[in-house]
Amino acid sequence: MNIVVCVKYVPDATADRSFDSSDSTVDREGVDGLLSELDEYAVEQALLAAEDGDGEVTVLTVGPADAADAVRKALQMGADKGVHVEDDDIAGSDAVATSLILAKALGTLEYDLVFFGMSSTDGTMGVVPTMVAERLGLPAVTYGSEITVDGSTVTVRRDGDVATETITATAPAVVSVTDQSGEPRYPSFKGIMAAKKKPVEDLTLSDLGIDASEVGLGAAWTKVLSFAPRPPRSAGEIVTDEGDGGTKLAEFLASKKFV
Amino acid sequence: MAESRIMSSRNLDFLLNEWLDVEALTRRARYAEHDRETFDGLLELSERIATDMFAPMARALDVDEPHVGEDGKVVLLPGVADALAAYNEAGFPSLGFDAEHGGAQVPFTLQQASSIWFQAASVGVSAYPSLAKGNAHLILTHGTAEQAATYATPVIEGRWYGTMCLSEPQAGSSLTDITTRAVRQEDGSYRLTGTKMWISAGDHELGENIVHLVLAKTPGAPAGVKGISLFIVPKLLPDADGAPGERNDVSLVGLNHKMGFRGTTNTLLNFGEGFATPGGQAGAVGFLVGDEHHGLSYMFHMMNAARIGVGAGAVALGYTGYLHALDYAKTRTQGRALDDKDPASPPVAIIEHADVRRMLLASKSYVEGGLALVLYCARLVDEAATAPEEADRDRARRLLEVLTPVVKAWPSQWCLAANDLAIQVHGGYGYTRDYPVEQFYRDNRLNPIHEGTNGIQGLDLLGRKVVADGGAGLALLAETIGATIARARTAGGDAASYADALEGALGRIGEVTAIAWADRDPAVALANATAYLEAAGHVVVAWIWLEQLLVAGEQDGAFYAGKRAAARYFFTYELPTVAPKLDLVAACDRTTIDLDVDAL
Ligand SMILES: Cc1cc2nc3c(=O)[nH]c(=O)nc-3n(C[C@H](O)[C@H](O)[C@@H](O)COP(=O)(O)OP(=O)(O)OC[C@H]3O[C@@H](n4cnc5c(N)ncnc54)[C@H](O)[C@@H]3O)c2cc1C
Ligand SMILES: Cc1cc2nc3c(=O)[nH]c(=O)nc-3n(C[C@H](O)[C@H](O)[C@H](O)COP(=O)(O)OP(=O)(O)OC[C@H]3O[C@@H](n4cnc5c(N)ncnc54)[C@H](O)[C@@H]3O)c2cc1C
Repeated sequence: MNIVVCVKYVPDATADRSFDSSDSTVDREGVDGLLSELDEYAVEQALLAAEDGDGEVTVLTVGPADAADAVRKALQMGADKGVHVEDDDIAGSDAVATSLILAKALGTLEYDLVFFGMSSTDGTMGVVPTMVAERLGLPAVTYGSEITVDGSTVTVRRDGDVATETITATAPAVVSVTDQSGEPRYPSFKGIMAAKKKPVEDLTLSDLGIDASEVGLGAAWTKVLSFAPRPPRSAGEIVTDEGDGGTKLAEFLASKKFV
Repeated sequence: MAESRIMSSRNLDFLLNEWLDVEALTRRARYAEHDRETFDGLLELSERIATDMFAPMARALDVDEPHVGEDGKVVLLPGVADALAAYNEAGFPSLGFDAEHGGAQVPFTLQQASSIWFQAASVGVSAYPSLAKGNAHLILTHGTAEQAATYATPVIEGRWYGTMCLSEPQAGSSLTDITTRAVRQEDGSYRLTGTKMWISAGDHELGENIVHLVLAKTPGAPAGVKGISLFIVPKLLPDADGAPGERNDVSLVGLNHKMGFRGTTNTLLNFGEGFATPGGQAGAVGFLVGDEHHGLSYMFHMMNAARIGVGAGAVALGYTGYLHALDYAKTRTQGRALDDKDPASPPVAIIEHADVRRMLLASKSYVEGGLALVLYCARLVDEAATAPEEADRDRARRLLEVLTPVVKAWPSQWCLAANDLAIQVHGGYGYTRDYPVEQFYRDNRLNPIHEGTNGIQGLDLLGRKVVADGGAGLALLAETIGATIARARTAGGDAASYADALEGALGRIGEVTAIAWADRDPAVALANATAYLEAAGHVVVAWIWLEQLLVAGEQDGAFYAGKRAAARYFFTYELPTVAPKLDLVAACDRTTIDLDVDAL
């Protein structure tokens, strides 16, 4: 079974992130980037699904030059090869455009299943997997918290607020996985060494037959109009227990309409 | 990632890449498979596993220390096995070994930088694999091919662990006096009887087996250290296929209850007391390593690396303490600026107070100076092993010999001092168990004691290392420091004035060494060996700071400004403390010799 796993290179979620004031896009300068942590779960599931068979895992990313780091990380974890779509004209692309590029890139690859994370840790829209599925006319089984691949059938368990669904699709299909699907492995040092020898194909928009006008900030369907940093956390209120701590706490919660 | 309070990846990057140019090593055949990418990948992986798996164990093991269960087996928190499973699966146990033994041939400098992460995250957990590594390395160097396959390979694969059994209840600093006996059997094996004290990782259930490396004396052996031999004594004797089989006659008498470093079991072990009867007979079965009577020299062959490892552990704990103190000082508010007379004005963060800055700057200069010293010495190990020219290998070896007592003792004294300061910066909170700084201090307090006490290191430096070969080692050190001094003069500015101060102190060490030995009386010469060691250590670290300053130069940014500030601190506050210590040595002061014991 051949698997493609789509991963995004994102600014480190634990660092202070902000926007570029000139075009309201994410400011990538000065913040370390990395493979989106949620996408590590997709890599893990892709590797597990490919483990028994003789197929390959290809990692696919659309992103700037530094996004090669995300590809490398997935290769270190055990993926077999990488594809990196990079083009200056891609900058500022929205989810619609990203899905177009991914779909076209997938058109150049052989796959039975395409794995995605549940959402990126920066854009967090969670729409790219279904957009890609729509473009390719593939079934999409999304938000899988448990993934089972049996022959050409993929089954996921999706945990909802009120019910747990079991959904099955036949390959070729799109699968997105949650952070409940199983802890991603650490790369091994051997994996780090081996990753250097694994092939990574670099593609541009013209390689994929995409016109620059179809993607980028200019083609975005939506626009970020303004942004403001989140206000700093306010001081909070300390309840001193003078024998009536419980009552005071209850009063406080009631005043905030929690109880 | 957000700034870690375990270790500074930025500083490691500075030292390894901007200063020590570790990438240059990849041009040598042994390291040709490596490049910047594998080095960076290794450090990133180390940080991650140390942060996720080791760090949560540090406090847990301190509170819930290992104990002996009803069945006589050691009980350790399960998180230790989980952390080591992640460590082993990632391939850390094999990093430095030869490819033919399943290793990855990572330079020693990078191994050391990697292990600093684990030592800082949980020194107690990190000791298990590092002892095992030293053990396997020794067997590969001095054992037979068969011994290597049987006892080193499973350690390199992360399946077995190992110990170093030197000390006995009555013989710690003076190994001459060990009494463990080894008697040769008809089949060429030996049977050992005796008691070993303080054996770290001496018993536990973490792996499939434990390989003890034991110093013992054979009957009729020459007196003194020349009569000591080295033996492999496995906890479980390997069967014909090498799998752990019959229980050997090695038993756990008990665990020592320590001030710190509690995650690593520390044991009193009995050999050959009849706990088990392998082959139907009491006596611990052992296998000779190399030749009889050479045991201590084999063991000491490993000492350079082991002592760098102790220095590194001391740096790791001092460093994490400093990072915690820095963080605390930025958020704790207390008092006002001296010129602020308005009691209604808001209190300032304590980092604004000059005395708190002094403590932080002192700590920074100790832990960053110590880290640089450790990595410099590790780089010398790589040079000694792989420099293309024999003359360069030899030079590195000789420099390492002189620096070994310093790289062991200096960090274990001054990075411990940083732990003390970290408590002080925390005020009363630092004295409580609600903050980790008191534990870092307790954990680090071991380092001046084991692997040769700092007192013994002083004797080694002044008694042996600086006088060996007519003082060739000291001359080489002076020449090496001299080259930095010359570069600093060319650079000008602060570096040039620091160079003058360093040159003066360095010259004085040469003079004082000659004066101390003028009468050739060791009792007098060595009476103040500790003062000499401390002074020499400060001179060496001043040199290491000058090196860092030269790399930092005038580069912009807080990181480089930090290097300049810490160098300034070290040359202004610390280097001047050297002169009175050297005066004391030069005076051949007899206060301690003349003392009547009854007077104490
Ligand atoms: C604050 C902010 C606001 C934005 N607002 C909008 C907006 O209003 N409308 C809009 O259309 N766009 C918007 N964008 C841009 C958009 O969200 C992303 O840039 C888009 O390209 C990908 O969507 P996502 O990151 O939400 O991915 P998600 O849909 O959350 O990603 C799901 C999965 O898709 C895969 N994936 C996503 N991106 C890539 C990639 N580049 N390469 C490979 N695989 C990938 C990964 O497997 C990922 O886990 C915004 C971005 C930001 C940061
Ligand atoms: C937690 C821990 C772990 C250890 N792990 C191991 C291990 O794994 N394997 C192992 O073999 N050993 C181990 N040791 C033992 C350690 O190496 C010894 O404790 C150390 O060598 C000191 O020996 P001692 O305790 O017998 O002290 P002593 O030798 O009795 O020393 C007591 C004091 O006297 C001083 N002194 C002794 N002789 C002289 C001298 N000639 N001149 C001047 N001063 C002197 C010392 O500096 C020290 O201050 C460990 C110890 C501890 C505490």
